[in-house]
Parts: sequence; structure tokens; C-alpha cells
Amino acid sequence: MSTLALAARDSRTMLRRNMRRWARYPAMTVQLIALPVIMLLLFAYVFGGTLGAGLGGEASARADYIEYLVPGILLMTVAAAIQGTAISVAMDMQEGIIARFRTMAISRGAVLTGHVIGSFLQTLVGLAIVLGVSLAIGFRPSANAMEWLGAIGLIALFAVALTWLAVALGLSAKSVETASNTPTLIVLLPFLGSGFVPADSMPAGLSWFAEYQPFSPVIETVRSLLLGTEIGNNAILALGWTVVIGVFSYLWAMKLFRRPPVR
Amino acid sequence: MTLDRPTAIAATGLRKSYGEQTVLDGIDITVPEGTVFSLLGPNGAGKTTTVQILSTLIEADGGSVRVAGHDLATDADGVRGAIGVTGQFSAVDNLLTGEENLLLMADLNHLDKQEGRRRAAELLERFDLVDAAKKNPMTYSGGMRRKLDLAMTLVGDPKVIFLDEPTTGLDPRTRRTMWEAIRNLVAGGVTIFLTTQYLDEADELADRIALLDHGKIVAEGTSDELKRLIPGGHIRLQFTDAAELDQAARTFAGSTRDDAALVLQVPSDGDVHSLRSVLDHLDVASIEVASLTVHTPDLDDVFLALTGHPAEARSSAEAGDESAETAADTVDTAEKENVR
Repeated sequence: MSTLALAARDSRTMLRRNMRRWARYPAMTVQLIALPVIMLLLFAYVFGGTLGAGLGGEASARADYIEYLVPGILLMTVAAAIQGTAISVAMDMQEGIIARFRTMAISRGAVLTGHVIGSFLQTLVGLAIVLGVSLAIGFRPSANAMEWLGAIGLIALFAVALTWLAVALGLSAKSVETASNTPTLIVLLPFLGSGFVPADSMPAGLSWFAEYQPFSPVIETVRSLLLGTEIGNNAILALGWTVVIGVFSYLWAMKLFRRPPVR
Repeated sequence: MTLDRPTAIAATGLRKSYGEQTVLDGIDITVPEGTVFSLLGPNGAGKTTTVQILSTLIEADGGSVRVAGHDLATDADGVRGAIGVTGQFSAVDNLLTGEENLLLMADLNHLDKQEGRRRAAELLERFDLVDAAKKNPMTYSGGMRRKLDLAMTLVGDPKVIFLDEPTTGLDPRTRRTMWEAIRNLVAGGVTIFLTTQYLDEADELADRIALLDHGKIVAEGTSDELKRLIPGGHIRLQFTDAAELDQAARTFAGSTRDDAALVLQVPSDGDVHSLRSVLDHLDVASIEVASLTVHTPDLDDVFLALTGHPAEARSSAEAGDESAETAADTVDTAEKENVR
């Protein structure tokens, strides 16, 4: 078998291993998917009326707000999932079996690739569930097939980039607790962006941060693709952030993984 | 006896330091194929570091290594393909069952599905883990985990196996099971690189033993060769009354008597000839002996003589929960007198 075929096979083996581990320990997966669903329902039904009125809609404030809200919630789903990735990578690194993998003639990156693909699939499942609930509570996007494809493609790319970031954070964490704390900040980012309310409704400094931080352009681009809002330079910014985060995190993770084990 | 065999592990001038601290200070190791080589030394001597370097986990600062014909520096993957490692820290996946762990190893060794299943079943059988196959390793005893760990190492049929303190913390019965497994592997032609802090373990298993102390090999040879490095062998005769002791003391010139204990120590290198000669003399002189024991210097004596400190010396930080077993083992190895 060629090197590439072997790498693919090893990554598949590692992926199977991760899937099995999740099946044994499903609480975290359930929790990570439940978080955005709860946020969606909370914001739609508890805050939705008031926030929707604030956006300018009068008669159908809640329905308008659900339209505004869903893209942010979709990105929050991505953010929540990577917390699980960071934790499971950190947990894994504490297991002696990783040292065993390092002494075997298997593709170097397979352990990490297995985590990334596994987390990505988990994120897709989460996105499907959140989108299903959104549609059930009245989310009615105006997008055509191409726009759907674009929106899903962008979210998927962003998810891959953030997953590598999570892997790097998981690798760099000294303990599982640290690994679960750092990504919490990332989960909060949709709040400090245009996920729940427009960035320009915030105080000046915060508004500037909210507008340019990675989540906002992605959320705005998805919003524009699904709902036909103004896209501006958001698509470029979104892709730029995705590439920067993805490449940086990938290199960082690989560097950390090659670092010799310390006992 | 092993001179004509090809070399499985050849390391020269191996060096490693962490900052100011020199862990390995230029060690040379040659292990012929199909033999057991034991690196013996106290904690902190550099045993685990040596295994980590030879098994590709960390890079040496200097020196060259060939394992199973592959150069460590240029063909680490070739080395990885030929070796298996079982360390003192369990390397099993705690969320998978015992059987799944073995199947995972089969997949990573690129065995086809059928072969992998066959191999896993065979190893579960061999290590008496069939009943535990579907259970999570978290529920295993320490000995079962170690057996699963070794079984996982064996899935890939490695030519060279590194065992880093394979029986540390195990109960005596499981230790014997592990020893038996190791002997079977050697019988099958596998080369074993064993680190241990237990003198009896090296004595029991190893063809050649190297004593490692502070990153340097202070002595190397077979167990017997090492024991011959220091004097101290004798036959110990225990009497029931002083008259017999007197008579015996006159019979054996150069012997040392202990009147209070009614014991006579006759110098001897511990072989059958000297023992027979002592028995003959006792017979001829009609001396009644209550008991006779042969004392040969053991590796403990050797280690103490060569390094100035006993091999079991452990730092207090590392003694931890294993101190009970270690203490028991110290008593075991300290029983220098083998009653015949």
C-alpha cells in the first residue's frame, strides 16, 4: 500500500476508535448538542419577542428574530462541539496508549486526523439537529440550492478550522480541566459578535471587536446566503479568518503532537 | 554462546540530557537476536530514557542506534515496524473493551480483518483473558491490565520487544505469569530488552545484564560473570552443639566460626565440587550437621559493591503506592541463602 493509502487507513482506524469512545461516553456529545438547542429555544421564546421588536419588526417580532437568530446559533453549535474536541484530545493525551501509538509504524498524523474527522462528523450531526429544530419553530430561509450549499460549505470549513484549533488547545492543555475551560471563551464569541444582536447596537469599542472577530463575518455571510441580507465584505473576511485559523491551528497542533512525551 | 547470532540492538555512545541534568552519559549496548538483555538499575538511573530512545519515542542527543537492522536516525519507521513496547505505565484504551483494544492493534498493524480477529482470539486465550474480553480494562486487576498490555504489543508480531519494568507493582503470582510469557517469547526467537529494578528478575530472565547507574553502565555480563566480580561465597553449616562445631572448625581450614549461633562458614565458590568435598569431609569425620545452606553472592551484592548503594534504593517521591510490593520484593531478593 502507498503511504497515502496507509495514512488513510490509519486515520480511519483512529476515527473508528473515537466513534467507539463517544458511544461509550455519550453524555458529553448530548450535552454539546443540547447547549445550542437550549440557547435557540431560550432566545426564540424568552428573549425573542423583545429582541425582535428591537430589531425593528413590530407585528411579527418573534418570527423575525428567529430568522436573525438561527445563523448565530448554527455557529454556536460549531463552537460548542469544539469544546468536546479539546476535552477528548486532552483526555486522550493522558492515556498511555498515545505513547504506544508513537512507537508503532503508523501514519504520524492519524491520531489527530481521527479526532478532527470524528469531531467534524459530530459537528455535522449537531448542525443537522439544530437546523431541524430551527425549521420546526418557524425558521424559513429564502435561500436557493446554491446558497444553501454555500452556507453549509462555509460553516463546514469554519468548523474544520476551529476543530484543529480545539485539537491544538487540547494538546497544549496541561490538564483536562484546562482543556475544557479555554474553549468556553470561544463558545462565548457568538454573543460578543453579531450572533444575537447586531454589532452596531453595541458600545463603540465592543462594536468594533464584535464586527471583526472571526464569528461575525461567518455569521453575517451565512445570514446573507440564507436570508438574502447585505453581504458586504463579510464573505472575504469569513474565508480569510477560516484560512488563518485553520492553517495556524493545524501547524500548531502538529508541532505540539511531535513534541516528545514528558513523563 | 550467542556470539554467532546477528545483532538485534546495537547502540553506541548514547547520550541524553535534560538541561543541566545528564540522564545518559554515553552508553553502549549490544543485544544479539533471540536473547534477553536486561538493563538493571535504580529509579532515575536512565532505564526508561534508554527505552524511550531505542523505541523512537525521544531522540538521543548523541550516539547511533540500530534496531533490527534499521538505523534509528534515518529509518525510525523501519524500527517502529519491527518493535513492540510494553511499559510500566499501562498503554491500553480504557474506553474500549479488552478485545477491541486488541482489534485496534490489529488494524494499526494493517492485518486484514480475519487475521486480526484470529490473532486477537489467540492472544486472549494465551493470556487467560477470554472471560474479560468484552469488559472494560478499568475493571481489570493490575495483572490483567499488564497482560492485556503485553498482548497488544504482541499483535504485530514484533521481532524486538522492549519491556520497561514489566512487573513493577505486580503480585508474585502475576510476576511469574509474565516471566513465563517472556520465556515463551524468547523461545519463539524474539529479542527482549528488559529494564528492571528487581535483581531476581534480571537473574531469572536475562542472558546478559548491564548495571546502569547515573547514566553509565558500570558492569555488564552474564549473571554468573557479574557475581564472580565480587567475592563472598560460602557454605554455611549449622550445628546443634559446640563440640560438633569445634570438630568441624578443625576439619575445615580457613573457615569462620560463630560460637554464639553455632554456625561455621566454609569459603566456597558455590559449585557442586566444593559442596561435595565439604560433604565428604563431614562424612569422613562423622560430624552431625543440623542444616547446610549455600550462599552465592547475588546481584544485590554486585550492585552494592560496584556502585556503593543498593539497587532497590528509591527516591521517596517515587516510592508511593508501590512501596509495599517493593518492600516485599526486597525481602524476597535479600534471601541470599538457598536452603538445599
